[in-house]
Amino acid sequence: MDLSLSTRTEGAHTIVAIGGEIDVYTAPKLREQLIDLVSNGSHHLIVDMEAVEFLDSTGLGVLVGGLKRVRAHDGSLRLVCSQERILKIFRITGLTKVFSIYASVDEAMAATD
Amino acid sequence: MPTVRLQISPTPAQVRTARLVAAAVARRSGLAGGALDEIRLAVGEACSRAAGLHQEYAPSDLITVLLEDEGEFVVTVRDCAPTGMHTEHIDPLAFLTDVGNAQHPVTGVIPSGFGIAVIDGLVDDLEVVPADSGPGTVVRMSWPLTTGVECGRTRR
Repeated sequence: MDLSLSTRTEGAHTIVAIGGEIDVYTAPKLREQLIDLVSNGSHHLIVDMEAVEFLDSTGLGVLVGGLKRVRAHDGSLRLVCSQERILKIFRITGLTKVFSIYASVDEAMAATD
Repeated sequence: MPTVRLQISPTPAQVRTARLVAAAVARRSGLAGGALDEIRLAVGEACSRAAGLHQEYAPSDLITVLLEDEGEFVVTVRDCAPTGMHTEHIDPLAFLTDVGNAQHPVTGVIPSGFGIAVIDGLVDDLEVVPADSGPGTVVRMSWPLTTGVECGRTRR
């Protein structure tokens, strides 16, 4: 399944909803989207991964790249994910220490980290 | 004799092909649930690593993927790049401190050897060894074919 991306703005946050597979084939599309958002002034991103069916290390790299970019603007990148099979790769790589991960968009928006 | 022998060009699209074929064969071999997720991810990581190396060192050569299901489900991915490239286990967090490793061709952030670290975290039975003949590295992973075990992993 290919990658689907949609964005919307709620308050100070830009929510990026991702569906499908984030892998070496589709990751460039996500990377471009995140770069465009940051370049256009969206520095507080919430990446909703609830509809993501597959994530590999290439996709992780793109998310880390996005985090680095928003941090350069004193921004934030929060993840929304409650799927165990997706959360597992964040745990394996230790990236749960790097990303703030929430169970819902509402929780991510309410967070104060 | 392998159950399935697959040769793919070193492109992102064919990495996906290998992943899908591996999952389909694993399912037919009786694996299910979490084990299938592990196999999809591990095969994708091994083939992504090989494709990245081939694009750099051997763009016209094919990557070989062998799938075997006699006694255990074994996946072997062989590249034709110079032996031993990007086989080190990179600290997954190291790239956050701008280490001097080769950068991933797609992300531009994560070191290229990162995939091995992911596989190592997923698969207990993992070997990364030089190919028997010629240049190249073999990544071998296996899962036990145990009926009724959703995520069958054994520590060896």
